[in-house]
Amino acid sequence: MAESPMLELRFLSDPKRLRMVREKVQEVTEEIGCSKKLISDLIIAINEACMNIMQHAYKGDKSGEILLEIQTEHGNLEVVLTDYAAPIDPKLIRPRDLDDVKPGGLGTHFIQEIMDDCTYGNLENRAGNFLRMRKKIN
Amino acid sequence: MAYQVEEDRGFSIVLLTGDVDLSNTLVDLSDVTYIDSSGVASLVEGYQTAKKKNLKFGLVGVSGPAMSVLELARLNKVFPIYATVEECVNTDG
Repeated sequence: MAESPMLELRFLSDPKRLRMVREKVQEVTEEIGCSKKLISDLIIAINEACMNIMQHAYKGDKSGEILLEIQTEHGNLEVVLTDYAAPIDPKLIRPRDLDDVKPGGLGTHFIQEIMDDCTYGNLENRAGNFLRMRKKIN
Repeated sequence: MAYQVEEDRGFSIVLLTGDVDLSNTLVDLSDVTYIDSSGVASLVEGYQTAKKKNLKFGLVGVSGPAMSVLELARLNKVFPIYATVEECVNTDG
């Protein structure tokens, strides 16, 4: 059970919304007293996760809906991103080899490098996917 | 060559003027407040294109937020990075 829900934000799958999302993440993480470094890292991870949904789940369709939820739980920050696009096989989501220097494919690496735990899955009762991320609050 | 960037209805319009030709490139990131993986991907494309043409491509005055992202991608070891344009010119010029 969450200690306190901090943010529940619904927005369209439109890259123009990303700045607003980053600002909201900054606000809530500042409120709970996260360090500047942690805030900066969380903004990067959540921004990349949103971009992945826009590009790979909704495939550029800007009318799709994304739900971002942030809450604290037992000293951790729990972030859940939900989309309602066609289900994606979680096994297909993996970071690429960084030794191969090429454009693209860095988002999943950023997320896994920053967060302590990431779980991808499909919604049970309707089409859609979720990404649950956890990070210890310093 | 000179350029100007304007924002218009969701697009960043890059206006180029003058001669656009083969030249070494330095990208000044000193005032960058945020860069995501797609921005980094554009830098990688520029770097690789320059490398194929035996031209120099480097980054100058990389801001803290930009450096954090480059470090996450381990590209701080790939791009030539200079504190100032002068440092680049004195080092490689």
